[in-house]
Amino acid sequence: MADALFLAISVLTIGSAIAALEMRSLVYGSIALMGTLGGVAGFYVMLDSPFVAMFQLAVYVGSIAVLILFTVMLVKRELIFKKIEDPKRKFAGIGLMLIVILALGAIIMDSGIKSISTDSDPVDFREIGGDFLTYYWPALVLMALILAGSVMGALVLARREDTVENEQRTD
Amino acid sequence: MSNELIEFVLVSIALLGIGIYGLAVKRNAIRMLFAVEIIVNAANLNLVAFARFMPHSGGQTLALFSIAIAAAEVAVGLALIIVAYRMYKNIDIADFRSLKG
Repeated sequence: MADALFLAISVLTIGSAIAALEMRSLVYGSIALMGTLGGVAGFYVMLDSPFVAMFQLAVYVGSIAVLILFTVMLVKRELIFKKIEDPKRKFAGIGLMLIVILALGAIIMDSGIKSISTDSDPVDFREIGGDFLTYYWPALVLMALILAGSVMGALVLARREDTVENEQRTD
Repeated sequence: MSNELIEFVLVSIALLGIGIYGLAVKRNAIRMLFAVEIIVNAANLNLVAFARFMPHSGGQTLALFSIAIAAAEVAVGLALIIVAYRMYKNIDIADFRSLKG
């Protein structure tokens, strides 16, 4: 049975995921998203995977959340506080969410993984480092190239053209 | 290990459902990106949970790759949102139907 720490982290994770989508202000929404990502990092610690938890904190809570916050700041003030959604689709969306959760939950509860628990030792993180440098090294090189390429692509996309700047100055 | 696999999987399913709700209902481009992030995190949680109960190091390795690729995806997605915002002065995806400016 779940212990108190697990319950606390799951309430934090799921509650702040709902808050991230439903809060009126996008700034508070992105701070709530940080709560979700931090809660998932807490789950990783509970699953004896400190290396993944550290990576999650550094990449998600540290950089992605800050990136989202700065993007939100670039947007006009009215748009940050305006809720853009179709009221008709809201009920359809809640229905879809319930169908997904109930159907997948029923399938999972019906399957054999309900009774799986383990007493074995967790995987040592040195083993992950070894995997990265031996079996997965082509994927690691490819991932580095993809990261460099996508960061350069993002910079090129977000670059402000001089003509646009001049037009805005004259406005 | 005091917790069972099923508990982590149920939390992951709840996060997936919330993410699907966000993608279906919201028309704000930044909020849709939030929903995508929540879904990616649900998938990563599943990977690490199954890897712990196998036990096998492959799940953690794949989760690390997934986190790194998600960082790239968010950077490009936010840059696209900024470009579209400059064109339309709005972040409603209903306005982005024809990305011609």
